[in-house]
Amino acid sequence: MTAPRSALHELTLARFRGFFREPSAVFWAFGFPIALSVALGIAFRNRPPEPARVAVRDGPGAGEVVGRLASPEIVTTVLDDASSRKALRAGKIALVVVPGHALTYRFDDTRPEGRLARALVDDVLARQEATPGVAPATDEHVTEPGARYIDFLVPGLVGMNLMSSGMWGIGYLIVEMRTKKLIKRMLATPMRRTDFLFSFVIMRLVFVFIEVPALFGFARVVFGVRVVGSLAALGALSILGALSFAGLGLLVASRAQNTQTVGGLMNLVMMPMFVGSGVFFSTANFPDAMQPFLRVLPLTALNDALRAVVNEGAGLAQLGPPAAVLAAWGVVSFAAALRIFRWA
Amino acid sequence: MKRYEGGVLAVDGLDLQVESGECFGLLGPNGAGKTTTVEILEGLLAPTAGDVEVLGLRWSTDARALRERLGVSLQQTHLPERLSVLEIVTMFRALFAKGRSPEDVLRAVSLEEKSGVWYERLSGGQKQRLAVACALVGDPDMVFLDEPTTGLDPQSRLQLWDVVEGFKRAGRTVLLTTHHMDEAERLCDRIGVVDHGRLIALGTPRELIASLGGQEVIELAAASLDEQGLASVPGIRSVRRVADGFALAAGPLHTALPALVDYLRAANVRLERLTTRHATLEDVFVSLTGRGLRD
Repeated sequence: MTAPRSALHELTLARFRGFFREPSAVFWAFGFPIALSVALGIAFRNRPPEPARVAVRDGPGAGEVVGRLASPEIVTTVLDDASSRKALRAGKIALVVVPGHALTYRFDDTRPEGRLARALVDDVLARQEATPGVAPATDEHVTEPGARYIDFLVPGLVGMNLMSSGMWGIGYLIVEMRTKKLIKRMLATPMRRTDFLFSFVIMRLVFVFIEVPALFGFARVVFGVRVVGSLAALGALSILGALSFAGLGLLVASRAQNTQTVGGLMNLVMMPMFVGSGVFFSTANFPDAMQPFLRVLPLTALNDALRAVVNEGAGLAQLGPPAAVLAAWGVVSFAAALRIFRWA
Repeated sequence: MKRYEGGVLAVDGLDLQVESGECFGLLGPNGAGKTTTVEILEGLLAPTAGDVEVLGLRWSTDARALRERLGVSLQQTHLPERLSVLEIVTMFRALFAKGRSPEDVLRAVSLEEKSGVWYERLSGGQKQRLAVACALVGDPDMVFLDEPTTGLDPQSRLQLWDVVEGFKRAGRTVLLTTHHMDEAERLCDRIGVVDHGRLIALGTPRELIASLGGQEVIELAAASLDEQGLASVPGIRSVRRVADGFALAAGPLHTALPALVDYLRAANVRLERLTTRHATLEDVFVSLTGRGLRD
């Protein structure tokens, strides 16, 4: 017989075995965030702008106008007066150009496409009448990695993933064990309560080193998302975030008697952060009056800090305030959870 | 004594002493307070009032030392679904400072062939034996088994009884709860009968049955019988009305039966049915409470 391993070792081992033998848990922890980043990456990919659809009213001078409007940004068709009005009403075209001594632009100025088409057409025509001696301005297009939506999104998804794995991975599991009287059964042994709780924390710490590199690695390969800052800062931040949400998960699970209750509590805690903590869009979209509240949410702090490291290359020294917010949430919720935890 | 919020008294005035090396059974219907009593003894519930001493130690001062020496099988524990039998016992072993090897304990409960099987794939009887294995793996001086055979098929119950008897033979103490009187009669040296949170009888199975006044039960059904008349028959110790007739506690049948037949003939009663059997703990319970164990 081999010598028995320590209680903490065996308890942690049981956590890992339980996790990896539950395919749905593995999917929600690893597969889901990757699937989400693929879906959002596709939906918000950077596309070349759609060309403006413009009709030229048939009649004298129509051919000449069509010739002058030749540009990659404009698609022109020639229509008679009635058809051009009909197409405009239906939104099939954005603007009708009526040839004449002075051109007339016919469009709905309450529709953005119409105004855009007018500006484009005007611009193309104006370039052909450039004042001699004044060179027309040239365009320089800027779409660099680091400033795209996906670059904004990926750190947010990592933060969200650290939150939901911490909450579900700890909170749900503990309440399930309580419902099944497994916690009570373990308590009838000489097990140290701290060993029991630490086995969950260790599980979360280990998973950080799988979840975070998996998501960033995927985003790097598929979307070319780069981590500008140091990996050490990213790692330290991820661990702090995981610990903070582990504490919150423990707190949410500390009294709940069944999984429905804890599920509701977790949604109550997480939903405001899904929306208000800048996962999918910047917190700047909320009114100024709300900003102080959003700032102190743990996910806001984590997302802001992750973006600072990943997109702007911030070092550990600049992460003081968000790190303090995360640490405070972690310490306070751990302490509160230990005080009110329902063991039996 | 254990009182819950709102003043529900679960257990009250339950005084008993379990001797070292004996198998003690707490017998009673569902809701009698057996589990509350056992969980107070196991240190999982704090009594509202009263004194508990286990193996000469107290929960308030020696909790950890006590846990090292006790084995517990709760009523309806679910162990982790996707851990194997051996993994579960090994984990429980690691929670104790000393104990038996997991393989050894699995042999003792005849689960060695299921070592690699996940908990969720076990039958009810196998799950219960695994729960008992987890109680034994710390090599305890005393085990608490809360309804270890409830809901099991007869074969699984016999297997569990063997495990308990093996543990008893090693000179250890067992406290088990049950509402099966055959289980209590077979395994227990002494029995405490519990109802509404009170201990209403205490003794060996033989003593308890003897307390009925007769070792035999005569059950009869007939039209127009009167209770007082039956009670006056020599050899009949007590009369109880049951669903379709009467159950009589009787002394030795060779004197009680002829007297009963004489009485029935004299009273001109036509019998529909008459059977006899040995008295059981169920009869003890019914005579004490007027209700059946599983009512």
